Amino acid sequence: MTAAGAVPGAPPVLSIRGLSVQLGLLDGRWVHAVSDLDMDLPAGTVTLLAGESGCGKSVLASALIGLLPPTARVRGQVGLDGPDPLDLLAADDDVLATRVRGRRVGLVPQSAGTALTPTRTVGALLSEAVTTLGGAVPAADLLREVWLDPDGVADLYPHQLSGGMAHRVLLALALAGQPDVLLCDEPTAGLDPENAAHVAGLLAAQARTGRAVLLISHDIAACAPVADRVAVMVSSRVVEVGPATDVLDRPWHDYPQALWNSLPERGFRPVPGDPPPLTDLPDDCAWHRRAGGACSGVLTLEPVAPDHWVSCGRGPVGVGC
Amino acid sequence: MLTATGVVAGYGEHTVLRSVDLTVTPGRITGLQGPSGSGKSTLARVVALLHPRTAGTVTVDGRSVTGSGYLAPAELRRRIGMVFQSPRAATDPRWTLRQVIAEPLGAARRSATRQRVAELAEQFQLTDDLLDRYPHQVSDGQLQRACLARAVALRPAYLVCDEATAMLDPSTTATIAQLVRGLADAGTGVLAVSHDRALLTAWADHVLDLHDLHADARTSWES
Ligand SMILES: [Zn+2]
Repeated sequence: MTAAGAVPGAPPVLSIRGLSVQLGLLDGRWVHAVSDLDMDLPAGTVTLLAGESGCGKSVLASALIGLLPPTARVRGQVGLDGPDPLDLLAADDDVLATRVRGRRVGLVPQSAGTALTPTRTVGALLSEAVTTLGGAVPAADLLREVWLDPDGVADLYPHQLSGGMAHRVLLALALAGQPDVLLCDEPTAGLDPENAAHVAGLLAAQARTGRAVLLISHDIAACAPVADRVAVMVSSRVVEVGPATDVLDRPWHDYPQALWNSLPERGFRPVPGDPPPLTDLPDDCAWHRRAGGACSGVLTLEPVAPDHWVSCGRGPVGVGC
Repeated sequence: MLTATGVVAGYGEHTVLRSVDLTVTPGRITGLQGPSGSGKSTLARVVALLHPRTAGTVTVDGRSVTGSGYLAPAELRRRIGMVFQSPRAATDPRWTLRQVIAEPLGAARRSATRQRVAELAEQFQLTDDLLDRYPHQVSDGQLQRACLARAVALRPAYLVCDEATAMLDPSTTATIAQLVRGLADAGTGVLAVSHDRALLTAWADHVLDLHDLHADARTSWES
């Protein structure tokens, strides 16, 4: 039997099973950021993880590579494939720091402000990353790979970069160790549509070289066109994951449909109801409690096609129900 | 009407607006589109009387305004509310949302502040529980709703939204757009500034391109 969230015929580089993440607050409450996540990231594929702000998706990248605060509670398995297979959740931090982060799993952070040392030039930052990570590709080639001209950019300081250029430098830095997996946290944040589409195109080009790319984003307009697979998260749970065209155009679950309907070109209607705080999620389906509508009560993902998984939704939206 | 005529403005030696005309009409949402760095935020701040112009005039309901910022007459400044891109940067982290919303009411020495705050809270879907929280305890969307409530607390005739939804997710963006549409339907003249044409097409009554508003573009946009 195939595991939930699997993609038959496309061996995953990263295979997430039963991942739950809880973050402790000072007042003793727990933020339930990720609940029972099953998802595969196949090689050569862009996977978009979409959802509203505050659904828990922003915690995922940090959780996968051991960057959460020590008080976080994490359970599940995250299998990293390759010559030296590894369960990232069982690996100790030394292994993650010296063998995984940057080398096998790259992170493209949301904000250039904190990720780029302000006193170093772009060229110096990149060369240092290449040396530290033992990368085989020199800094100038990394810049070319993200469509920047090394002659014009290597001598610039971070504050001299436009928003779009800064995002591309962050991507070049993430590529310094030539990782098999790229995790991107809101990679188009703050960019205008043209620059956002450009950055999304660059990330898709990385998938074409064989990398597994995860875009964690609420910028659906920019990211959906380059996605091969789409996962949709609400109140800490992925409720549907499958081929991009199916999930975007014919979702089975009513939440993805509601989220797409909020886009300006698809109705511009807010998703109904307010999401409950992640400190206070019900044991049953938070979405259908919020929005009403029929819920099968089955919160685990079930297959509707070999590569398409859905929980508790109502059957194909708009098809006779 | 809120009008800008022949506005020239910029930063020091750097001129970004070279003789620009713009009209914001009561009861309508005027969309203003342009790429990053084109000067549309500068124009938004000029018509909101927050940024100085080196030439040109701004009139509020027929009254020509001299000066900008605190040099502009307070009663004219109060006719125009403004909402910015980052609600976090636009709010004091030490104030509760209730204090954020009440701030202009206190500054204008209005009585009945409590009642007005309650009205605004209902209008912008802010529960009592939310009103007592600090900015770091609420979402970006909830904080932007509070900023919107603050911007219209003194019932301005005009509202300028400068990339007010750029950092928000699609559902929150649609919510803010609906609330602003409600204000326009009640008579407020809205200027909605964004680099996102798809957003403005869905949100505004008509969409202007900043490039076409320059006198030297010689394009008629008044139709
Ligand atoms: Zn349900």
